[in-house]
Amino acid sequence: MSATEVLESRLRRAFPEADELSVVDRTGGGDHFHVTVATSRFAGLPLIDQHRLVNEALAEPLADGTIHELRITTKGTA
Amino acid sequence: MSALRERIRTVIDEEPVALFMKGTPQLVMCGNSSRALEALRALGAPVTAVDVLPDPGIRQELSALSGWPTIPQVFVRGELIGGADICEELLASGELRQKLDERLGSGALTGDERVVDVLAAAH
Repeated sequence: MSATEVLESRLRRAFPEADELSVVDRTGGGDHFHVTVATSRFAGLPLIDQHRLVNEALAEPLADGTIHELRITTKGTA
Repeated sequence: MSALRERIRTVIDEEPVALFMKGTPQLVMCGNSSRALEALRALGAPVTAVDVLPDPGIRQELSALSGWPTIPQVFVRGELIGGADICEELLASGELRQKLDERLGSGALTGDERVVDVLAAAH
C-alpha cells in the first residue's frame, strides 16, 4: 500500500461519514501531502479542533516520519 | 520538567506572538513555516520566532506541551492558534486580525521580528 493509500484508509476509518475525503501527494515523493476532509462533525467546531481531529487520525504516520509535510483543509457540512 | 521545556513554555507564555518554525524569519527552511510567517507579516504582527531545527528535542518538548504534532505552531498570548493552514484561513476570514487586536491591544502590530534561542541557558 502506498503512503497515500495508508493515509486515506486511516482517514476513512476516522471519518466514515465524511462527505468529501481526499489525500493528494503534492510532490509525488510520497511524503508531502494535502488532505481534505468535509464532514458534518466539523460544523460549528473551531478550525483548530477540526485540524486536531485530522492530526489525531494521522498520529502514527506523523510520528513515524511517513508524513514529512502536511496541509489540511477541513469543511463542516450541513 | 526539563529546562528546555521550561524555556519553551516561557516563550509561549510571555511572548505576544510566538512562532515555532523551521529556520528563522531571515532564512526560512520550510514552505509551511514560510506561509505561517507571511500570514503574520501581512498584519504586521510582532513575531518572536524559535527555530526548531538546531535540536530535535525542541520539537519534542514543544509538541508535548501543545499537543500539536507539526511545525509551524503559532501562539498568541499563550494560546495555540494553529499551523500554516489555519493561519492562512484565519487571515483570509479576518479572524486572525480580530484575534490579534483583541489579545494584543491597539498599537501592537509593529511588525517587529526577533529570534529566541531556547537552547541557550538564559535569554
